[in-house]
Amino acid sequence: MHIAEGFLPPAHAIAWSVASAPFIVQGVRSLSREVREHPESTLLLGASGAFTFVLSALKIPSVTGSCSHPTGTGLGAILFRPPVMAVLGTITLLFQALLLAHGGLTTLGANAFSMAIVGPWAGYAVYRLLKRYDVPLMVSVFFAAFVADLSTYCVTSVQLALAFPDPSSGFLGALGKFGSIFAFTQVPLAVSEGLLTVLVMRLLVQSSKGELTRLGVLVKKTATGARGKTETEAKA
Amino acid sequence: MSKMSKNAKINILLVAVVAALAVLPVVLGLGDHKKEPFTGADAQAETAITEIDPEYEPWFSPLYEPPSGDIESALFALQAALGAGVLAYYFGLRKGRRQGEERARAEQAGKAEQVEQTGEAGKAEQPEQAHAPAPEGA
Repeated sequence: MHIAEGFLPPAHAIAWSVASAPFIVQGVRSLSREVREHPESTLLLGASGAFTFVLSALKIPSVTGSCSHPTGTGLGAILFRPPVMAVLGTITLLFQALLLAHGGLTTLGANAFSMAIVGPWAGYAVYRLLKRYDVPLMVSVFFAAFVADLSTYCVTSVQLALAFPDPSSGFLGALGKFGSIFAFTQVPLAVSEGLLTVLVMRLLVQSSKGELTRLGVLVKKTATGARGKTETEAKA
Repeated sequence: MSKMSKNAKINILLVAVVAALAVLPVVLGLGDHKKEPFTGADAQAETAITEIDPEYEPWFSPLYEPPSGDIESALFALQAALGAGVLAYYFGLRKGRRQGEERARAEQAGKAEQVEQTGEAGKAEQPEQAHAPAPEGA
């Protein structure tokens, strides 16, 4: 999903940077609030950023005969809500743009919009939706990470199609072209990302029950569960 | 104990499925229909851009570019290693803390038991206490 340096026309590059900026500002605020109010979160925040660091460095072969990489943004979005991932994802992208010549500074805004903003929000929305319907935690986690990954690449396809519409078939033609490069390749990788996120969440459940409860990922079964039931009963 | 190993089994299974998803496309030769199999999707998008708009010239180039593919690979590996290191630190620290807490709890429970025992023993021996020193000192 890394659009290479200089590969978006200036107007598009600026527009996506402007679109991303408020999300990143919001993210910096919510990140510093989290660290100030819950200093004990710092370690888990670091681990969430580290997960994105690892996964976005892994170029994995896919069924289409190309390689692509997961994003790792679903985990942090579930744990700390999406704004925090706008920052952690952008830091990862910045590292790759500066040291690896992967992505770029002019395309940082567009890449941040897909990987650090839309991906986390889409994954988080799926997570909340499934949780509302009492889907088991690990199933919700899987689909959240899956959607965070896949939606990121769909956004990249749209961004490129907007910038480079096909001369004959227009925006939709270009969308099909970029979509076939990114989106289909990404499906098995999104499955892998879902499974890896489930793995890390399982390890967290085993090792950090207290923190997951505080973050609202695990629910204390006694009080809230009973109250939830009586509320629904009262409604019925 | 059996519950622990079931957990571990599920974790190993998850890793195995991810590994299979990555390895199978290569083993099954799913890239064979391409001139250059298993290139990066990001690089393919660049090619697609130049196909759609052959006149497009990137208007900015990276400030730093790894001088060779090998160095690029090394930097990617470094990125993964940094992330994996932080994750390993986190889980290692958690496990150590948990073990420490368990040990402290076990020690405290042990002490409490000892106090109870010596307390009872003390009561029983109270009449003779003047003659014999406390048994736990020995």
